[in-house]
Amino acid sequence: MIARVYVGLKPGVLDPQGRTIARSLNDLGYDEVQDAKQGKVIELTLEDTDRELAQARVKEMCERLLANTVIESYRIEIDSPATQK
Amino acid sequence: MTQTAVIVFPASNCDRDAVTALHAMTGKEPIRVWHRETEIPDNVRFVVVPGGFSYGDYLRSGAIAARSEVMQDLKAKADKGLPVAGICNGFQILTEAGMLPGALMRNANQKFVCRTSTLRVNTNTRFTRRYAAGQTIDIPVAHHDGNYFADDETLKRISDQGQIAFQYSDNPNGSRGDIAGITNAAGNVLGMMPHPERAVDPLHGGTDGIDFFKSVLESL
Repeated sequence: MIARVYVGLKPGVLDPQGRTIARSLNDLGYDEVQDAKQGKVIELTLEDTDRELAQARVKEMCERLLANTVIESYRIEIDSPATQK
Repeated sequence: MTQTAVIVFPASNCDRDAVTALHAMTGKEPIRVWHRETEIPDNVRFVVVPGGFSYGDYLRSGAIAARSEVMQDLKAKADKGLPVAGICNGFQILTEAGMLPGALMRNANQKFVCRTSTLRVNTNTRFTRRYAAGQTIDIPVAHHDGNYFADDETLKRISDQGQIAFQYSDNPNGSRGDIAGITNAAGNVLGMMPHPERAVDPLHGGTDGIDFFKSVLESL
């Protein structure tokens, strides 16, 4: 099964890279862009297991390594084997 | 003669500078402790976590190194009072390890900054007591991720408790509170982005880093 972890800066934490991206898009004429936030996606390939167990284990991985919760928040998506086909 | 140690991670690159500085200050060769080792020798009285780009800054600067074997023992010994100084990447590693509050983020202007910085010193820490009150010192900085962040509550706490050891006179990276270096609440663990080990010999262009090392070594 696949777990996708989306890690991004918490609201209120200045994101200099996001700001630079938004400005660059403005420069290209996309005036509607007001803000951009840059994060990262970490895709984990896991042994097939119970979905809830996987969710709990990946949450633990986020807390222990994948995110620095001082500045970052995270979101986990799990594709169960059935949905992967 | 005081036994000191320098932790070495893959892609540490200021470990030799730290060893040279400590050797000059103590007259005794520091022990280099490889990150895979599980124990820091018991006769070690002061540890430097050096600068560099441990693990290529993968995931986040310092994140992987902070979870390596030797850090468990370093944490345990620091909890018992062993003085530890993290410099540059070492500061990032100590925050990632939860040994210091806050986090180091990408510099606000996105640029790698490499120059001499002027710092205001809080002389009430065991790492700074030899400096004169009100003195400013010139210490080199060289980093991409030196932008110190802590939430308002944490900033207030470390400020009230005298944990802010160094502040930039000319903030080069967007750090909150102009913070260049902090200690933990107990005062025995310090992290700083500037490199005092690069300012200990007249040939470096300055010697303002000497009193940093002497302060902590004299406190032992």
